[in-house]
Amino acid sequence: MMSFGTFLPVATPATGTVPAPCLNEEYAVSQARTSGKPSSANPSIGRNRTVRDVVFVDGVRTPFGRAGDKGIYAGTRADDLVVKCIRELMRRNPSLPADRIDEVAIAATTQTGDQGLTIGRTAALLAGLPRTVPGFAIDRMCAGAMTAVTTTASGIGFGAYDVVIAGGVEHMGNHPMGAGADPNPRFMSERIVDPAALNMGNTAENLHDRFPAITKDRTDAYAVASQDKLAAAYANGQIQPGLVPVATMKPGQGWTVNTVDEPPRPGTSLGDLATLKTPFRAHGRVTAGNAAGLNDGATAALLASAEAAEELGLPVRMRLVSYAFAGVEPEVMGIGPVPATEKALKNAGLGIGDIGLFEINEAFAVQVLSFLDHFGIADDDPRVNRYGGAIAVGHPLASSGVRLMNQLARQFEEDPSVRFGMTTMCIGLGMGATVIWENPHHADYGTEAPGREMHNTEAQHAATTTTETGATA
Amino acid sequence: MSAADFRKLADLFPNETVTHSYVQDIELPPVDGEGTTDAKSPGIFALVTLDNGLDHSKPTTLGPNTLIELGTVLEGLKERAARGEIAGVGVTGKPYFLVAGADLSTVKSVSGREQGLWMAQLGHDVYATLANLGVPSFAFINGLALGGGLEIALQSTYRTVSTGAGALALPEAFIGLIPGWGGVHILPRLIGPENALKVMIENPLSNNRTLTGPQAYQLGMADAMFEPADFVEQSLAWAAKVIAGAVAPERANAVDPSAPEVAARWAAAVAKGRAFVEAKTSNASPAPAKVLDVMEANRTLTQAQSAQLECETLADLMQTDEFRSTVYAFLDLVQRRSKRPAGAPDRKLARPVTKIGVVGAGLMASQLALLFARQLKVPVVLTDIDQARVDKGVGYVRAEVDKLLAKGRISPDAANRTRALVTGSVSKEAFADADFVIEAVFEELNVKKQVFKEVEAIVSEECILATNTSSLSVTAMAEDLEHPERLVGFHFFNPVAVMPLLEIVRAPKTDDAVLATAFELAKGLKKSAVLVRDAAAFVVNRVLLRLMGEVTAAFDEGTPADVADNALRPMGLPMTPFVLGAMVGLPVAQHVQESLHTAFGDRFRVSANLQALIDNGVTSIWAVQNGAPVPGPDGKPFIPAETLALMSFGSTPSTGEEVLRRTQDALAEEIGLMLEEGVVAGPEDIDLCMILGAGWPMFLGGITPYLDRVGASERVNGKKFLAPGVASEPA
Repeated sequence: MMSFGTFLPVATPATGTVPAPCLNEEYAVSQARTSGKPSSANPSIGRNRTVRDVVFVDGVRTPFGRAGDKGIYAGTRADDLVVKCIRELMRRNPSLPADRIDEVAIAATTQTGDQGLTIGRTAALLAGLPRTVPGFAIDRMCAGAMTAVTTTASGIGFGAYDVVIAGGVEHMGNHPMGAGADPNPRFMSERIVDPAALNMGNTAENLHDRFPAITKDRTDAYAVASQDKLAAAYANGQIQPGLVPVATMKPGQGWTVNTVDEPPRPGTSLGDLATLKTPFRAHGRVTAGNAAGLNDGATAALLASAEAAEELGLPVRMRLVSYAFAGVEPEVMGIGPVPATEKALKNAGLGIGDIGLFEINEAFAVQVLSFLDHFGIADDDPRVNRYGGAIAVGHPLASSGVRLMNQLARQFEEDPSVRFGMTTMCIGLGMGATVIWENPHHADYGTEAPGREMHNTEAQHAATTTTETGATA
Repeated sequence: MSAADFRKLADLFPNETVTHSYVQDIELPPVDGEGTTDAKSPGIFALVTLDNGLDHSKPTTLGPNTLIELGTVLEGLKERAARGEIAGVGVTGKPYFLVAGADLSTVKSVSGREQGLWMAQLGHDVYATLANLGVPSFAFINGLALGGGLEIALQSTYRTVSTGAGALALPEAFIGLIPGWGGVHILPRLIGPENALKVMIENPLSNNRTLTGPQAYQLGMADAMFEPADFVEQSLAWAAKVIAGAVAPERANAVDPSAPEVAARWAAAVAKGRAFVEAKTSNASPAPAKVLDVMEANRTLTQAQSAQLECETLADLMQTDEFRSTVYAFLDLVQRRSKRPAGAPDRKLARPVTKIGVVGAGLMASQLALLFARQLKVPVVLTDIDQARVDKGVGYVRAEVDKLLAKGRISPDAANRTRALVTGSVSKEAFADADFVIEAVFEELNVKKQVFKEVEAIVSEECILATNTSSLSVTAMAEDLEHPERLVGFHFFNPVAVMPLLEIVRAPKTDDAVLATAFELAKGLKKSAVLVRDAAAFVVNRVLLRLMGEVTAAFDEGTPADVADNALRPMGLPMTPFVLGAMVGLPVAQHVQESLHTAFGDRFRVSANLQALIDNGVTSIWAVQNGAPVPGPDGKPFIPAETLALMSFGSTPSTGEEVLRRTQDALAEEIGLMLEEGVVAGPEDIDLCMILGAGWPMFLGGITPYLDRVGASERVNGKKFLAPGVASEPA
């Protein structure tokens, strides 16, 4: 979901010219790829197709930057950030032949300029993948990368792909939120969406209105904890292994290499946060301190069918269990993860109590707390965002979903006692997204899921609260 | 010394475009063998970026101010290294360039030997700091690196190169200098004397050829190679491993010059180089031999001893007009003037050309059709008087396309496209929708006039007519046209696909739109066009035939053939006059000579001896095989007895010196007259034509700097062609 800013049309800054289509009329006819796939035991033309298991092989991201002229990625192109991630994935997985990649799905919320021209395809070409590897661009605002993962994972499950790259990018310095958008006037005239709901900060204030129990004191405390947890994770070396270094050059400074996130403000105290303005409402609750900032960054993950992972010797870091998207009132978009999670749990035949680790995107602290309150989870529950979250590390919109997955995968490795984990996020215009994953390091990995009867209570609880939140769109 | 001690030199060049040295401290990525948990960073790496703050059309260069800044920065880093603050230093460049090398405009305008010596010493001072920082130095060769730019890399302890880097070279032998900022000492040790010879002599003297990143890596000029997409990141990761001791580059081609077998290889390479230089340039320019002298000497010299020799040699060479002429020819003419032809009308006047007609289907016509189709990618139709000729012409094009395809020079799609673009017809009706029709028929005025009359009856009023004549009057050809303003001369050089020059001939009535279209076409054909007035044989052929006429006349007067034909060796021309005549074809040369004689009288003498050879079907004065003279029993070219028997000689032989001086004077006279007649805008255009159309060497500056240098201009015309400093010592 979105953080500060608005989807109302704003003046679009020049972000460079769109490169010409890279069609070279003299390129050699590319050879059709011959699939190394063994013939399927269940050919698609037959009935009773079986769905294949999808595994998360690896994920990386660039260090995140602060958007704007002084940020580390000012002057750097968004597509170049994606390219660094794709190349790092290929380097880290040398047993994967590049021509075995069946799809490159890259999300971006604003698909113009350096994020335009079907960025999944351009990034694949720029990364040096064979021309036989296709790609596409995808958009579900903040859940872009997450949707890139679920969409291509579905293709793997269906048998259309063996191996894919899915990720996202947002250079919010080059593409201020909502730049170039042209909302239909019917949104307003027919009251389809309250215009205020196009500003994400407003929706966060609305969420405070709906849940008076979530106070500014609670959100600020949550934000301080997020900063502290990220700082600790950095100190423990839990963040760095997932980062790809990015060299940048700025006028008058020369080349440098960025290896750490720029947004974190370690050591932030409650006192610091108390002094911040509430830009969305006078005497409001939402501040720059208890929300994610405006950021630049990119992510990419490697997914495969379980069979392909085995064939190619690729590591299995997570297994996809289920996923779901859900719509809510755009005015309180931050509640989106609640119905999405209920749907995903239902699809999986799991209850909330089965989830041992949560990676929830912190667009706003209030949105996280509304989720935790709904499921009866404490603000400081150690299962939630162990490495801190977007409030500290940043949220380059369409890229964040894969960051959550990278972190969950690492936590799975660190904690084999956890069997199931969840990545979830809210989405602008009133949506939520949830993906449930299984830990391959758990003793019961690969066995049947726990029986449903154990979780009837929770399921009923979930059903009633869904009505309460009015989570429909 | 310190770089700052050279301030006096830098102060002479206040307008230098300075390439700055920006330093960034970077924590090197952790290095270990297994996993990353316990890995530690090998320390802080100071990365220097060479950047002039301008876009990629303005290469970074090394002038005195730039070098002092770099030197001062490196001296600071040396101190930091001594304090243990940094573990390594890297040098890289702005996108697409490491650095393009010494600022030639600056070096050319250095006045006096002492200043030149300072410049040479300044470079050595700065590079010595780089080589002795107390920590390893790394060059990340991200892009173009020429001369002093590449020597920065050679002086570093380690090098990485980008697969995307183009134009890596030590072109000094071509420019008129030596790779004297350490390159000539380091390179043979690093990649072996034979490879060093290739880089320092063979490539510079072979159309100034350069190396790609992968080629340089192959030769051993870099220790590691990475792709452009994350070149800086991967170079740094590699540097971290080297510093941590996890990686030790192997240099398979490196040699120890004190080893006896290396000494032998070294001597053999130098000897081979000397033969190569003699064959290519007849040692008409001092620089290539000096490169070999220094390389030969420095096998037993330390780097510091060699540095002294390099500085003295550079200081000497910077004072030569061969060097200044090369910079003039290379920078001022080929790189600048050829891009903005003098006298070309506003390009906005140009009309689109979407179909081209070629009258004639002979060899020249077919070459033109192929060139048009390949470069302009528009339909081209050839016509001739019968189907057999048309088929032959179209067949030639298709066969050439097949050859290009077989060599992998073009893709199957491009081959299909080009083949489909070229068609033939026996009827000029095929020109009805053409925008540009060029004739390449027999060199006979009435034939050409008849062709244009027929074409004009068919084509639109806007259609441009062009002639590829080399010696006929374009003005006369236009005389009977209904629209004489549409006729333009479009004179190519053989072989059409290779020679970069196009003489565009403006007849008195040619209009600006036609001329502008001709220049745009030239650009589309990737040719450098020079605007010339309609005067017999235009520029290149007039100069060449005046030269050949003088040498032939001396021969006819009784000068021995080898004396006459070798008299011009001090000029270092690509071939001798007799060989050139045979290559062009004696009848063709004679035909143009006759035209010139008709136009200008006895300055262009028509040789009866040559006519006798032509009449008897003899194609060359020397005995030749495959176009090259075959040596006789004494190892020299010879005239077969039956050829000799056809000719008669006078009794006033000249010495070689006399023939040379006579030719110099003739050229000075002819060029002086051409400028008086306004054939071209200035002597620079004559020089550009001779470089691009005849392959005359840049150390002659084309020709007028040479004529100024040897005094011919003043002897004949009472003044030099060019002002002091243009291609000679500044006033």
